[in-house]
Amino acid sequence: MEKTWNNRAWFMVLPVLILVAFNAIIPLMTVVNYSVQETFGGNVFFFSGVTWFQDVLLSDRFHAALGRQLFFTFTILFIEIPLGVAIALTMPRKGFWVSVCLVLMALPLLIPWNVVGAIWNILALPDIGLLGQMLNGMGFDYNYTRHPLDAWFTLILMDVWHWTSLVVLLAYAGLISIPDAYYQAAKIDAASRWAVFRHIQLPKMKRVLTIAILLRFMDSFMIYTEPSVLTGGGPGNATTLLSIDLVKIALGQFDLGRAAAMSIVYFLIVLLLSWVFYTLMMRNEEQS
Amino acid sequence: MRRVSWLVPAIYILFLMVPIYWLLNMSFKNTNEILGGFTLYPHDFTLASYREILTNPVWYNGYINSITYVSINTIISVAVALPAAYAFSRYRFVGDKHLFFWLLTNRMAPPAVFALPFFQLYSAIGLFDTHIAVALAHCLFNIPLAVWILEGFMSGVPKEIDETAYIDGYSFPRFFVKIFMPLIASGIGVTAFFCFMFSWVELLLAKTLTSVEAKPIAAIMTRTASASGYELGLLAAAGALTIVPGAVVIYFVRNYIAKGFALGRV
Amino acid sequence: MARIVLENIAHAYGPSPKGPEDYALKTLNHVWENGGAYALLGPSGCGKTTLLNIISGLITPSEGRVLFDGKDITALPTAERNIAQVFQFPVIYDTMTVAQNLAFPLRNRSVSRAEVEKRVAEVAKMLDLLPILTKRARGLTADVKQKVSLGRGLVRPDVTAILFDEPLTVIDPHLKWQLRSKLKELHRQFDLTMVYVTHDQTEALTFADKVVVMYEGEVVQIGTPEDLFERPAHTFVGYFIGSPGMNVAPVTVTGNRARLGTHDIQLGRAYSELPAGTKIELGIRPEFIRVSNSGRGMPGRVVRVDDIGRYRVVKVDLDGHPFNAIADEDAEISDDRASVVLDPANVHIYADGRLVEGKPLSAGAA
Repeated sequence: MEKTWNNRAWFMVLPVLILVAFNAIIPLMTVVNYSVQETFGGNVFFFSGVTWFQDVLLSDRFHAALGRQLFFTFTILFIEIPLGVAIALTMPRKGFWVSVCLVLMALPLLIPWNVVGAIWNILALPDIGLLGQMLNGMGFDYNYTRHPLDAWFTLILMDVWHWTSLVVLLAYAGLISIPDAYYQAAKIDAASRWAVFRHIQLPKMKRVLTIAILLRFMDSFMIYTEPSVLTGGGPGNATTLLSIDLVKIALGQFDLGRAAAMSIVYFLIVLLLSWVFYTLMMRNEEQS
Repeated sequence: MRRVSWLVPAIYILFLMVPIYWLLNMSFKNTNEILGGFTLYPHDFTLASYREILTNPVWYNGYINSITYVSINTIISVAVALPAAYAFSRYRFVGDKHLFFWLLTNRMAPPAVFALPFFQLYSAIGLFDTHIAVALAHCLFNIPLAVWILEGFMSGVPKEIDETAYIDGYSFPRFFVKIFMPLIASGIGVTAFFCFMFSWVELLLAKTLTSVEAKPIAAIMTRTASASGYELGLLAAAGALTIVPGAVVIYFVRNYIAKGFALGRV
Repeated sequence: MARIVLENIAHAYGPSPKGPEDYALKTLNHVWENGGAYALLGPSGCGKTTLLNIISGLITPSEGRVLFDGKDITALPTAERNIAQVFQFPVIYDTMTVAQNLAFPLRNRSVSRAEVEKRVAEVAKMLDLLPILTKRARGLTADVKQKVSLGRGLVRPDVTAILFDEPLTVIDPHLKWQLRSKLKELHRQFDLTMVYVTHDQTEALTFADKVVVMYEGEVVQIGTPEDLFERPAHTFVGYFIGSPGMNVAPVTVTGNRARLGTHDIQLGRAYSELPAGTKIELGIRPEFIRVSNSGRGMPGRVVRVDDIGRYRVVKVDLDGHPFNAIADEDAEISDDRASVVLDPANVHIYADGRLVEGKPLSAGAA
């Protein structure tokens, strides 16, 4: 769309800017502050420059956690996005069943994350959980507290269960916004179902899908509570994702400096990947 | 293929319902039964957990507190996001692209280390342990989300509609409320729901910024990890009840979400 | 060639319609002649888009049949009817180029590559789209996009009728006439039946040979623009067409005279049996009212005078009933009193909104 240049539009954005910046800038400054200081306790700090950052970036432990995190994030993106879109495409558009679908699909999103972790923790236990019993009954030797592979499987299954509905809801709202006239024109043009998807639905959902992908990317990259309650990072550190490692360092070892530096590195990674992705999606838009 | 396409959402919903059924299952058992063995339904059906929650003010105040600050936050977030999203969608201005992306970056930091700075900030301005504190703090991640989603939907409405309205004599506020908002009803519905949801489930900041007056339900639930281990039945019942307000919200916005794009005039 | 017949068509959107209020489209019979240019004119909600969608097949009528050249196609899906439709806002495929857009309906029907290219080039030439054939459809202006939409309709050699649903709604006013002329040109060039839905009388009257006026789900008059102007069959037609529209006032009629308040008006026809219990009204267009200072005619009070440029609109009050009259720019109108003369040949009488025929005056009647 042709946007008109109008600097007075800043006034429309001002309330947003104030509310968000207030919450962002000051705490951020505090964290940066911590990340460049070191303490030996007793509230005595001294400047240590980039020591923490070097420490973090060069540590094997960090690399391992980062690797696990990348694997986790890309796996769930690969599953949740297409699955969410497929479900949105097949959901009813009008009538009584729409309400039923929407409400039921929203339920997993509303459960506090620690409860989500707790549910799956019990559900997947081989002796007292439904899932555990089922899988073992089918002949698999399944125990997520002992086998890393099982732990990963359960973790991913839990995340798919928890968050796919977010993609569904966004994709569905996007689909519904497509005016009827497009479908009517497609009928007149004798377009096939696939052509309708490729040329009408998918392009019109592009913006909404971008949001869905970015959201899932960021949230899954920062995920903490659910895996923490489900596996605690184990067995061993098989499922110790980046956030879990961070908290272990910050609280467990009370290493504020290292934790702060790690947070900043963490943030920069997410920022970089998101920015790359966002630019790619927007570049497609601008081509005209 | 068309005829059985309803199977897809059906199977998906079935998949979603299993753990929820499991949750309900646990909520009607006592902890011993839960940990004792595998039972598909409560052999020792008990309402004790629910009774505890519904009669103990510590528990139900938690729900009330959560509902309060979440509602405040949702209203603020959507209200300020609407004009901002419109500006991003229709206009170009100095720094617009950077500002837009910067908004999203506020969702990119793991909250763990920010808890302490937030505590210091809100204590310093005297808002510690108030609903408004949590509502404002949650603006950090909800407003960017609202702006992004709304902008996406607004960009789907051709600018020609704005111009036609001005030619027809509409003032901007009237155009926005009577013509524009109905066209993005889907987006508003979805945005309101997500703001509600993300604020509702946010644990860390809500716990950090409150102590007694405004303590959210999520914080109270962590208390179920007592010296004797998790009181699972109680946790399950609390969790089950947590779903209710959100379900109500999405039920109310379902018409907005499912509303199509109708260009009026016959 | 398309001669479209609508036989006893009626449509109700709800499942079980009981009375006329449940029908979006009340029973109608109409023939759209081959190669005709028709306008479907009416206010919002009168049922014109419903009717259009029934013709194109996007809606199946709850009653009646649709026939194309004698063949019953009521149940035939849209893609198999030889029609194209242009919508209120440009419906184009954003991700494709203009050429790909135009080729789309043909490719979906498995037309050979060479044939596709030929047709696309022809249609692009017709619509002045040749210079932008390779451009992405997304960044184009609204009027060009509508041309592309139209092009997708014209590109099919089997298309015999094109339906337009208020296609100029989002076009800039100064480009509207350009597109309108283009449409007329296309109509003259090809033997296409065109049906053009609009709520703008100027568009309807300039585009169409015949105008179908609709009101509240019913067809109230079909005729040439002249017919609609000179003999409106319904008070709504009189009011809707013309700027300003026809004046309507309640009267009592005896024979060939009508009584409006204290005024006695001479009529051009005699009305002997007016149906009892109906609302009797008089209708006359502003163009046929003479207002002057001459003293001859009914005394009226001048309320206001609007100067439009080449003529003036004078609003007079006759015993509490307002009338608009057209006066020349240099006619002498005083500030408050004027003499009003109604041309009897163009005075019409309506009962409950419908035109009453009356009988011609016999020789000797005063």
